[in-house]
Amino acid sequence: MADLSIIDVSKSFSGRHVLENLSLSVSDAEFVSIVGPSGSGKSTLFHLIGGLLEPDSGDIYLDGKRVNGKRGAISYMPQSPSLLPWRTVLENVMLGGELLGEKNREEAISMMAKAGLSGYEEAYPDQLSGGMKQRAAFIRSMLSPQPLMCLDEPFSALDEFTRLDMQQWLLSMWEEHRRSILFVTHNIEEALFLSDRIIVLSSGPAQVKADFTIPFPRPRKESVVLSQDFLEWKKTIYQELRVMT
Amino acid sequence: MKRIKTGWRPVAAILLLLLVWEVAGRVAEIPSWLLPAPSQIWMEAVAGWEDYKLHLFSTIQLTLLGFLIGTSIGIAAAVCLHLLPKLRQTIYPLMILSQNIPIIVLAPLLVIWFGFGILPKLIIITLVCFFPIAVATLDGFRQTSPDLLHYLKMAGADKRQIFWKLEWPTSLPSLFSGLKISATYSVMGAVISEWLGAQQGIGVYMTLASSSFRTDRVFVAIFFIMVLCLLFFIVIITIEKRVIRWKKKGVEQHG
Repeated sequence: MADLSIIDVSKSFSGRHVLENLSLSVSDAEFVSIVGPSGSGKSTLFHLIGGLLEPDSGDIYLDGKRVNGKRGAISYMPQSPSLLPWRTVLENVMLGGELLGEKNREEAISMMAKAGLSGYEEAYPDQLSGGMKQRAAFIRSMLSPQPLMCLDEPFSALDEFTRLDMQQWLLSMWEEHRRSILFVTHNIEEALFLSDRIIVLSSGPAQVKADFTIPFPRPRKESVVLSQDFLEWKKTIYQELRVMT
Repeated sequence: MKRIKTGWRPVAAILLLLLVWEVAGRVAEIPSWLLPAPSQIWMEAVAGWEDYKLHLFSTIQLTLLGFLIGTSIGIAAAVCLHLLPKLRQTIYPLMILSQNIPIIVLAPLLVIWFGFGILPKLIIITLVCFFPIAVATLDGFRQTSPDLLHYLKMAGADKRQIFWKLEWPTSLPSLFSGLKISATYSVMGAVISEWLGAQQGIGVYMTLASSSFRTDRVFVAIFFIMVLCLLFFIVIITIEKRVIRWKKKGVEQHG
């Protein structure tokens, strides 16, 4: 179970409003993407959910519990893989659980195998390619016991081919495990291909501009990207983003 | 294999140097109290073993004890200063100033204050060891990657977890650099402290030898100080390789 509700949250830094009365929600086993121009306060939003910052007003609820300023309530995957270089890959993927005192070695090993990382348990992160590092980072957040996963532009540093691979891989992992995911991206196609819902943010101060439910059936095939519907959706969202600038 | 291929160069350089020294000494007929030939030094080193072995062991003991105390205090100080930034701002300049006091000047004072026992000697070694290790470790803590720190905070790590899982391992390579410097310094510190007054030690042996014009013995002492430093250095490098295994493995890259 994971239900995230953000209700009327505002945040400003030295007089500059970054978020104003922002409300959004992620229900259980839902994949929600947030797209918005850069500087639209997406990372501030994540810092609020992660508890690094406290909202000036408004509330954040996770499964009915208020988590304003409370750290460790979500599992997180950052833009850079952020694996600890002195730990083996296996020790790295168990880190999320370890921080909360719940280490599960067997589960970690089997999850690594599913991600195509078996044989790399005792390797160090330096020995992995960019895509493999991101997969390890994703497994690390999958193995964290928190029910909601927040992914912060996880594929933006990868090259185009690796990125497409990773999107498909992420989708297959997600369809198997069905965790709630809040996904931040710049990339409209990526959001369309992956999500159940897409939330478009406006910038300065950030507010929910539009909230689209994406009707493509699951499990999703790669071919959906080339369909007429997909293109129409892309146009709609693109225009939504264009109006702002 | 690589080591054997490149290792012969310094060895050959040393041999050449010794050879030139030996030949030049004989050709120019330099008296041995002025500059003994390497062969004479070697003979003294072998023949005098019974005389100086106690001195040697006492110095080794003093060095190890002083090194242990000095580095422990250095690391502890670095951790405290790192965890309490206000304290660091206050103390850090003082630490640098303390290094500008010449040990040679300070040492006689320490003898006046604490007598000829082991305490002033340990204080001297601690003073020379402390600084490199403390500064290196502090610098190590500062190299903590902001990305990793951000991740750990978002994942819910508390201050203690951040220190032990992130900042401490980050500082280890720097800490070992500091240890290497401290190790050689501690041998120097031990010898200097023994000059001031001790019953035993390489420092004592050296003073006795030079005041009786036994230059060959002075060179034997110098030789053993170098060997001690080197051994110490090797031990620390060996430990370093064990502890920091992750660093060099990155060479074999994938994709």
